[in-house]
Amino acid sequence: MSLKIIVLAKQVPDTRNVGKDAMTAEGTVNRSALPAIFNPEDLNALEQALRLKDANPGSTVTMLTMGPPRAADIIREGLYRGADNGYLLTDRAFAGADTLATSYALATAIQKIGIPDIILGGRQAIDGDTAQVGPQVAEKLGLTQITYAEEILNCENGRVTVRRHIDGGVETVEGPLPIVITVNNSAAPCRPRNAKLVMKYKKAMVPLEKPAEGLPYAEEYERKPYLTLNQWSTADIDADLQQCGLSGSPTKVKAVENIVFQAKESRTLTASDQDIDQLMKELLANHTIG
Amino acid sequence: MNNVFVYCEIEATTVAEVSLELLTKGRKLANELGVQLEAICAGHGITGKVEAQVMPFGVDKVHIFDAEGLFPYTSKPHTSILVNLFKEEQPQICLMGATVIGRDLGPRVSSALFSGLTADCTSLEIGPHDDKKLGKHYDQLLYQIRPAFGGNIVATIVNPENRPQMATVRSGVMKMEVLDPNYKGEVVVHDVAKYVPETDYVVKVLERHVEAAKNNLKGAPIVIAGGYGVGSKEGFDLLYDLAKELHAEVGASRAAVDAGFCAHDLQIGQTGVTVRPKVYIACGISGAIQHIAGMRESGIIISVNSDPNAPINAIADYVITGTVEEVLPKMIKYYKNNSK
Repeated sequence: MSLKIIVLAKQVPDTRNVGKDAMTAEGTVNRSALPAIFNPEDLNALEQALRLKDANPGSTVTMLTMGPPRAADIIREGLYRGADNGYLLTDRAFAGADTLATSYALATAIQKIGIPDIILGGRQAIDGDTAQVGPQVAEKLGLTQITYAEEILNCENGRVTVRRHIDGGVETVEGPLPIVITVNNSAAPCRPRNAKLVMKYKKAMVPLEKPAEGLPYAEEYERKPYLTLNQWSTADIDADLQQCGLSGSPTKVKAVENIVFQAKESRTLTASDQDIDQLMKELLANHTIG
Repeated sequence: MNNVFVYCEIEATTVAEVSLELLTKGRKLANELGVQLEAICAGHGITGKVEAQVMPFGVDKVHIFDAEGLFPYTSKPHTSILVNLFKEEQPQICLMGATVIGRDLGPRVSSALFSGLTADCTSLEIGPHDDKKLGKHYDQLLYQIRPAFGGNIVATIVNPENRPQMATVRSGVMKMEVLDPNYKGEVVVHDVAKYVPETDYVVKVLERHVEAAKNNLKGAPIVIAGGYGVGSKEGFDLLYDLAKELHAEVGASRAAVDAGFCAHDLQIGQTGVTVRPKVYIACGISGAIQHIAGMRESGIIISVNSDPNAPINAIADYVITGTVEEVLPKMIKYYKNNSK
């Protein structure tokens, strides 16, 4: 059975590698100093999608992402690994979205593309760690969901069997298509880029990425329509602006504090035998340890 | 109406600790707001078994949903219970565990009700809020406080207009305290079929293995935690050696877990376990705010770090400047020497 699969993926700042240079002198985060990466668990999700495609000839994998024009990287990275096409939702009106407004935009775009058999995405993105968008999309589309998936074990006769991680264990569940599945980082890592596909798609871009003065190889884009990636605005998906971006976000950030630890009176010791001997004696004497 | 609700997670007939912690917090929030605390228990064969577990935490009303198909948990039936109950009851606050279940359920409910949800809060408070743009004042909103953006900032989130204000909180973040062992609230047993359509029971749980936690990090009096600075899986052996001597438990920072030095269930911090041991020995941990969030209430903090300016040193009682390989063997040696 051939399947239609949509992979939800996000470009995120690499918050795992926040070095000292990523903080400004005022102590705020310098976002531009953080590399933008493919959200790690979305790559795990992409791999599950590609495996389904391998096992079910005729299946298609469509990337769907939202962000600024440079987030088209996400679609390219998907194409390099075997995805068939992709859509970038990009519009100032999407900016400032919390998870609910994000899920509204994604769900609306999915309806426009057409409800697929399976919607896959990472469990959560590393810049927010909320794990909310997947289930919120599922609810908006009225679909059932399986979260925290580790492996899609089987998919036939309109049902999918999934092994998922739960608190303190694992569970195997079966659900009907169409379905939303979110994938954990304990799932198989994503395959590397395929060199042939990189050659084929390396010039692929969304219209907003094309320079105003035109491209040196403009005619190539006419000959190869797959090099022009889909780019959708709020109008393209007939979105209700009230539900997009800031105005569609019930949660508001009231305050943001940079982290300054309150220094306690601390004692500084060296790694010398003498210092550590003394420390152990002290901790034993006041029954802190032992 | 306008009460504080806590969704209680239930394994067979036992209410999860995280839910009891949230009932404790929920009671305090309800007192501050002058409203009642209500609990939701959904499962199979739970009637007569869960009421006594939740009442002592000051629950004024417990809503029981007892039917085959409600345990093991699946997304849709529990979503329908909350969505339909909330339409009737109009709670102002709903708390749930930031567990696999809470993080599966919370977003669905928030999506259906168009209410804001904040994940993994480390603190919850009641306070006023002014929306300067709209010129509107709100008296008593739920401040949902959580580290954000890789832990470099702490954000306070509010949901001014939409109800309920929903938040998830990890296990161990809030303290569990019995209010009154004889507290008597009302018990309402609902007709599940009125809340959950048959078509919701679509996901079948074929197999399920749940084991009790392998470690006792939450209850350990001494925790020895390793970070990226430990350097390797083998480096963690040193932590285990010291832990054996001190009868301590070993924990880790997210960086150490991500680097594959140790198992995921050892992670301490916002997205792991929260601990409050008597002694916390941080080995090669720089001290990202998410990590600090999970251990800052420790009694005595000892930081072993080769970087004298590691952020964690600011909250440490003792700072030992040195590498883990150098310092830990000495700690073991002198502990043995002095403890005879």
